[in-house]
Formats: sequence, structure tokens, C-alpha cells
Amino acid sequence: MSDKSPESIIELRGVTKRFDGRTVINAVTLPILRGETMVIMGSSGCGKSTTLRMMIGDYHPDEGEVRIFGKSWATMSETEANDVRLRFGILFQSGALLNSMTVGENIALPMREHTDLDEQVIRIMVKMKLELVGLRDFEHLMPAQLSGGMKKRVGLARAIALDPEILFYDEPTAGLDPIATAVTDELIRDLSKKLGVTSVVVTHDMGSAFRIADRMAVLYRGDLIALGAPDTIRNSGDARVKQFIEGLADGPIPLRQSSKDYAADLLGQV
Amino acid sequence: MTRVGRAGEPNRLKIAVEDRAPASLVHLEGDVDLNVSPVLRKQLKDLVASRAAMIVVDMSDVPYIDSSGVATLVECLQGVSRYGGKLHLASLRQQTRSVFEISRLDSVFSIFPTVEEALKA
Repeated sequence: MSDKSPESIIELRGVTKRFDGRTVINAVTLPILRGETMVIMGSSGCGKSTTLRMMIGDYHPDEGEVRIFGKSWATMSETEANDVRLRFGILFQSGALLNSMTVGENIALPMREHTDLDEQVIRIMVKMKLELVGLRDFEHLMPAQLSGGMKKRVGLARAIALDPEILFYDEPTAGLDPIATAVTDELIRDLSKKLGVTSVVVTHDMGSAFRIADRMAVLYRGDLIALGAPDTIRNSGDARVKQFIEGLADGPIPLRQSSKDYAADLLGQV
Repeated sequence: MTRVGRAGEPNRLKIAVEDRAPASLVHLEGDVDLNVSPVLRKQLKDLVASRAAMIVVDMSDVPYIDSSGVATLVECLQGVSRYGGKLHLASLRQQTRSVFEISRLDSVFSIFPTVEEALKA
């Protein structure tokens, strides 16, 4: 597949992942198209974070393959893998800022580590990145002086430090109040559109998901149970999808996740 | 270290400087990204060091510029402004122009539709 293909920039092909014999992802095929914002949803433990970590090459599948920029992670050389890593950015759940460094130094870090750019050019780039997330006046503050929402925005400025072609977001709105959530959603949409990047967002925040997604993938116990535009997902006839997006306690998704018999489990008969 | 350009191939930027007194016309050909921004920077710094009255950068053959390229041009603009010189950008492609707009730098730079207009201004 051509690197410049307008189709899949990332592709999971029949991917299965197991941990200690337990299947976390089950035969999932999921293409991410260049330029789109794909939201991967599902309740805790459904396998969405594992999916993200396979996309970025942290985990390798037990079956199937994961391709990015037209190359399979499994067959890449170390040099190729490093080059690929420079072409995507990640916004971690916590923002993952270094507390001992100022906001500006945090954003400059990938530039200093991975490029030969002059310090003066880096300083200008830091200002440009901060302007994009609306925090230009905060360059000299320490992370501890920022709210949770602002930390996320600084994390985002750092994720776009090297002009990535793909941005991964791991629960970008977790722990944020409704206003900070709305700001973050707006920023994700805005940046995707302006920078023309492909975005992959892992979230269980329904409101966010429907606000930012071009397409959505719903995972349930490692299975991909729905894939499509937000309207398709909203009108899905699948009771599990319905229950998840409507946030109902009662439905086919059980409260209790254990398949073992309770009494047998307690009495040591399993 | 050799880094990989946007299309997954090593990137080479061609830079040609033409004397169009009193201006220096810098023609760029290729993507301006992390790999080649330092080369462009060196060329522009030389012009700034010689206190070029006007630098016109012809961007007609630049399909893509990243933020390191834009920052390099900002640094050049800072340099020429210090001695009252001018930096004009000319013939930007739509894609390239949008990078300046996104960074809200389209109003910071003097941008002209053609090289000739940039030279005259």
C-alpha cells in the first residue's frame, strides 16, 4: 500500500490480543482514514486503550497485523519505527507534563530531543504551538500552576510540537469539568481541521465522542460491535450499542463481568 | 542523523539566491520541514548578516512548509527588522498559505501574490 494512500493511514487487520490467555481484542479489523477523526469508544476494560497502544506500536498483536503509514509494525526496522514515531503525537490522559520544567520547556522537549533546530527557532515554535492552544501567555508557568484543562492543552501543544500527521488522544476529557471538556473538544476539532491531521481518540465520554467524531468504533469485550458515522451509531439497532450510548445500567451489558459462578468461586470449586 | 521527510523519503530543499538589487531573491524548491529548516536558516542568516535591504522569498515551488520552516522565516523577519530591512514572501500555494493563517502569522509577514509585486513593494 502506498504511503500516500488517501485511504488507510492506520489499519488493524484481523487483530487479536491476549493477556495471560485472556482475549482483550478479538479479531478486530479497523481502518483509520487519512484526515478523519476516529473515536474509539467502549466501557472500561473493553480493549480500547490496548487498541491505541497497538496502533502506536507499544503492544504487538498475537494474531493479525497493525499497519501505520503503509508499514506493518511487525516488520519495521528499529530505524523505521523511530521515524514513524516522529510522525505521530500523543496526548496522554494525564497530560504527562514534566513538573520540573516550565510550560515552554515541556513543549520544546521533543524539538530539542529529536531535531537539530537552533534554540532561537525552537523558542519561536514554542510560541506558535502555545498560540494554537490559546495559552501563549503561560509559557513561563510551571505545570503545577495550571488547571487540569490547561495542562491538557499544554500536553496538546507538546503533542503537535513536531507537526505530526496523526494525533492520538487517550481519554482527553477524563477528569475535566464540563466547560474544560467543551474547550478541549473544540480544540481537538479545530486542530484536526486546521492542521489536516488524522485524529484517533479513545474515550468513554459520550458527549465528547459525538461532538468530535467523523466516524466511531464501538468495542465491547474486545469485539468491534459497531463502526460508522455518529448518526449511524446513534441509530444503531444493537442493544449493546444503545445501552452504552444511552448510559443505561440495565441491558445486555451486564454489571457483573465475571463468567465464573459466584458460589463456586467463593468455595474454591473453579 | 538522517530524518525522514513527510512523504517518508529523505527531503532535499533546493535554495537559489539571485541578486535583484536592491533585493535578494531566494527561490526555494521542495518541502521546508524539520530536516531542511537548518539549511534554509543558514542561508537567510548570511543575508541578514550582510544587511540585505530586501529579502524576497519565492515560495511558488514549496508544496509544504512545517512550523520549523515558518519559525525560521519569523527569525529572519526579526533579523531584518532590527536594521530596517524587509522580508517579503511571494507566490505562496494555498496549502502553504494556510499554514501561515493557522499560526495567525499571515498578518505578521508581508505576503505578495507574485515575485514581481514583492520586489516592487
